[in-house]
Formats: sequence, structure tokens, C-alpha cells
Amino acid sequence: MHPWGPPRIRLAALAVWRRNLLVWRKLLGPALAMNFGEPVLYLLGLGYGLGFFIGEMAGMPYLSFLASGIVASSAMTTASFEGMYSVFTRMVPQRTYEAILATPLDADDIVTGELLWCATKSLISATAILVVAVAMGALPATPGLVLVLPVVFLTGLAFAGPALVVSAVAPNYDFFNYYMVLVITPMFILSGVFYPIDTLPTTLQDAVQFLPLTHAVALSRSLVAGTGTAVAWVHVVVLSAYAMVGHYFAAVLIRRRLLR
Amino acid sequence: MPAVLAQARGLRKRYRGLTAVDGIDFHIEPGICFGFLGPNGAGKTTTLRMLLGLTPPDAGRLEVFGLPLPRCGRDVRRHTGVVPQTDNLDPDFTVEENLRIYGSYFGLKGSELDERIARLLEFAALAERARARTETLSGGMKRRLTLARALVNAPELVVLDEPTTGLDPQARHLVWARLEQLRAEGTTLLLTTHYMEEAERLCDRLVIMDHGRILAEGSPRELVRCHVEPEVVEIRNAEPTLVTGLSRAGDCRLEQVGSSLYCYTERAAPLLERLRDRKGLVFLHRPAGLEDVFLRLTGRELRD
Ligand SMILES: Nc1ncnc2c1ncn2[C@@H]1O[C@H](COP(=O)(O)OP(=O)(O)OP(=O)(O)O)[C@@H](O)[C@H]1O
Ligand SMILES: [Mg+2]
Repeated sequence: MHPWGPPRIRLAALAVWRRNLLVWRKLLGPALAMNFGEPVLYLLGLGYGLGFFIGEMAGMPYLSFLASGIVASSAMTTASFEGMYSVFTRMVPQRTYEAILATPLDADDIVTGELLWCATKSLISATAILVVAVAMGALPATPGLVLVLPVVFLTGLAFAGPALVVSAVAPNYDFFNYYMVLVITPMFILSGVFYPIDTLPTTLQDAVQFLPLTHAVALSRSLVAGTGTAVAWVHVVVLSAYAMVGHYFAAVLIRRRLLR
Repeated sequence: MPAVLAQARGLRKRYRGLTAVDGIDFHIEPGICFGFLGPNGAGKTTTLRMLLGLTPPDAGRLEVFGLPLPRCGRDVRRHTGVVPQTDNLDPDFTVEENLRIYGSYFGLKGSELDERIARLLEFAALAERARARTETLSGGMKRRLTLARALVNAPELVVLDEPTTGLDPQARHLVWARLEQLRAEGTTLLLTTHYMEEAERLCDRLVIMDHGRILAEGSPRELVRCHVEPEVVEIRNAEPTLVTGLSRAGDCRLEQVGSSLYCYTERAAPLLERLRDRKGLVFLHRPAGLEDVFLRLTGRELRD
């Protein structure tokens, strides 16, 4: 395996994914409480509260607007947290990767397995939000909702790679604060989750087109609202590009950290 | 089976300014217990990592099972069990789950894995604790579980990095008994240690390493025969006059460590005769052992 070579994707990586799934299953209660509790609070607090003053936004009830944005942003935060804090825990204090590397699995399998797992967690969290939103009447139960799921998975992949990159170079947990405050939080605020991006200054509007969350929000909102979008493929291409470039650099840097 | 299970030629690894492994050669025959004995920082763990294809060497050739490393690391690890220096059991799983998950990394499942796990739990004397979380295990139990885990793929070679460091004597003896059992069954063992007793008891052949180099190689007996005199007299609280007296006699090699004096000699009888006349002198006469070889070759100053 050349240190700069492209990541090798093998079926064996699923063993890493499965390990994480089994751990998650053990802590199912608190995990689901978080997955369902958070969107309820957001939608009740912000959706109804702000919605009362705002009424409609971009041609839909504010509650629906917000719910469709939060589906995408939660995919981002879920994958990012998993890719940073949980991956770092397994890599450094827990030495799980050291144990895995003593088997026929290699660093690339760990990276692939973790990326898939991060995206799986995004999927779980987005599903919970959709369920809550439909139950609260924030979103109509349309077939379009099911199409949001692959978008959310792709969004998870797009954010998992960069999160693993940050983990691979992190000396400790505090290091993640930089990424949170410089990358994740600005994106959360600027990418159209809470208000349409066309209310931003024009230069900023152009800039946010480079952010993956902008595309994730636009795509999931159009699917939820059933409006469709002519540029769906652009969104998919941008998210896929982030996923692939992230995968590449995650593999290179995790190899460098683990195989010294 | 090949006549050589593992061999290295001119193996070298540098970390920035520091040479961790400095051009070592060795070859390991199948079915034996081979030891790397060396003080802290000698390069033992680095050597093992290279043998598993986890650390790319900077120079030299390395083969295990006739497969070149690091290129064929995955194939080598498929038939190798690893007991790491620091336990890395999965804290989220029970004893049994740890074995099961680890087996899944080798692609093992179903009834074959079930049988193996049951056998390994017996082997490690952990059957009663199968459903316990690993955090609740004692140090000795964790080490045994780590050993059992290393055997889940029925390996031909088991690599153990300081398998008994930090264990109490009972736990250590149990691990030793299991390792002897494995070797009797034909598994090749490769271990690092800085316990002389462990090396003397378990290893058929060993190398003494320091500063990334191999200083000596042989069976424990050969090493003692080739590198130190056969008899040692240890004297506590030796006064300076005694030391000068003994060194003038010239029939033994003297080494002073703290307040103890070690006299290495071909024949201790004359020396003992002289010492017996002295009142209040505390001394011990014993055959030379691996520790004497080790200290002679690696020096007596503190490491780290
Ligand atoms: N990843 C690394 N980066 C930098 N230096 C390293 C690295 N790994 C090992 N070293 C250095 O290489 C030298 C040999 O280390 P190694 O761990 O192989 O020794 P060891 O014989 O296993 O020692 P110990 O008995 O303490 O486990 C040490 O000086 C160590 O600090
Ligand atoms: Mg070591």
C-alpha cells in the first residue's frame, strides 16, 4: 500500500462497520433518546416559536422549511461528531484500531468502515427527524421523504471524510474545537438551514455554494417539499466530490498515523 | 513447513533522528519459542511491528512464512496471533463478545467460531466470566483474554510483546503454562521480554538487543557459557579494602553495582575460602545466569 495511493475499498471493511453497529446497539436507549429528543426540541422551540412570527418562508410553512433543513444539518453534525470524537476514542485511548490492525484488516478497511458507519449514523438521526416531523405535522408524508434518505447518507459520507482527516491529525480532543467553530458552526448558520440563502449578501451567496451543507439542504428541501430542482445533479456531484476527496485524504492521513 | 519461519537481513527503522532498529539479522525456525530480550527502548516492539507489516522498514529484507513484508502483511497476519504490549480489549463488549468480534475481523463465523470460542474460554480459564464486561476483569484475566483472542484464528505463529509485564507471580505462571502448552502443540512463539526468568524458562533461542542492535544470539545456556564465567559470588556491603584485595588477587572479574560487588569466576572455591574468614560479610554463591549475560552486554546504567 503506497502511502499516497488511492484508498482500497474492500468488503472486509464491513467488519469494522459491524463492530460499531454492535456497540451502538448496546447503548440503544440513550442513543435514540438523543436522536428523537433533539429534533422534537428544535421543531417545537424554533419551528412553532419562530414560525408564529414568520409564518411562511420560501413558499412553505416555516416549520416545514426548518424541518427539511435540520434533516440535512443533523446528517452533518452526526457524521462529524462520530468521525471526530468517537473515531479518536477508538484510535487513541481505546486502541481499538491497534487491535484491528493485528488482523487481516488494514488501515484502509478501518477508514472505509468508519466512513460507512458515520453515514449510517447520519441516516439513523435523519430518519428520527423525519418521523418526528411527520408526526408533528411539520412535513407531509410523501414518497419524496424516502428519497431524502440516500441524500442524507451521501451527506454523512461528505462530512465523515473531513472529520476523519481532523481526527488523524488531532493531538487531543480539544483540537476538535477549531474544526467545530471554524467549519461546522458557520456552515450550520450560513447554508440555508434557518433562512433561504438568497437573503445573504451576493458575495456570500456565491461563497456558500462551495459548502457541502448548502447542497445537502437544497436537495433535501426540494425532495421534502416535492418542488424538485433542476440542478439536483449539481448537488449530488458536489456532495460526492466532498465524499471522495475526503475519503482519499482520510485514508492517507490515517495510514500515516497508524502505520509508523 | 519451511525450514525458516521468519528471517530478517539488515533490517533498519529510523524515527527522525533516532535509529530504533539498526540493521538486525535473525532467522526463526518453525516450532520454537524465540525471544527478543532487551531493555526499554531497545527496539523490540518496533521489530515486532515490522514483522506484522505494520511498520514499514527503512532498509533491509524481511520475510515471514516466506512472504515479503510489509507487502504481504495481511497474509502474514491471517496466520499470526498477536498479544500487544498494552492490552487493547474492546471495553464495550463482554469477554465472549471480544472473541467473537475479533473472530469476525478474520472472517470467522458460525459454529466453527462458536466451538473455538468455547475452547479458548476454557484454555484461558475464563469460561465462568464469559459474560463479564472486560472492565471488570483483573490484570491477569485481561492478559489471558488477550492471549485467547490472539488464538482465535488458530495461528501458526503467535507474537507476544511482553506477555507477563505487570502480572503477579500466579498470573505469570498461568500464562507461562499456556505458552508452554502452545509450543508443545507446535505453534511457533515469538516473544519480547525483559524478564530473565521468562526468557530462561520459555525460549529455545533468543537474541539480546540494545539500542536497535543485536548483541548476542543463542540458547539461554549457550549465551551464559559464551558470555560470562560460570560462577558468581555476590557480596553485599563490600568495603573498599576488600575490593582492592580481590582485584589484586586477580582470579575473578569484578563488577560493582551500588553497594553490591559481583565476582565472576571460573572456579569460586578459592575465593569462597578467603571470604569465609571474614566476619560479618554477607555473600551469595550461585551459578551465572542470563541476567549476568544481559547486564554484561547491555551495561548497568538506567534506561529511559
Ligand atoms: N512511532 C514512533 N515515533 C518515534 N519514535 C518511536 C516510535 N516508536 C518507537 N520509537 C522509538 O524507538 C525506540 C525503540 O522503541 P521500541 O518501542 O521498539 O522499544 P522496546 O524495546 O519495545 O521498548 P519497551 O521495553 O519500553 O517496550 C525508542 O527510543 C522509542 O522511543
Ligand atoms: Mg516495547
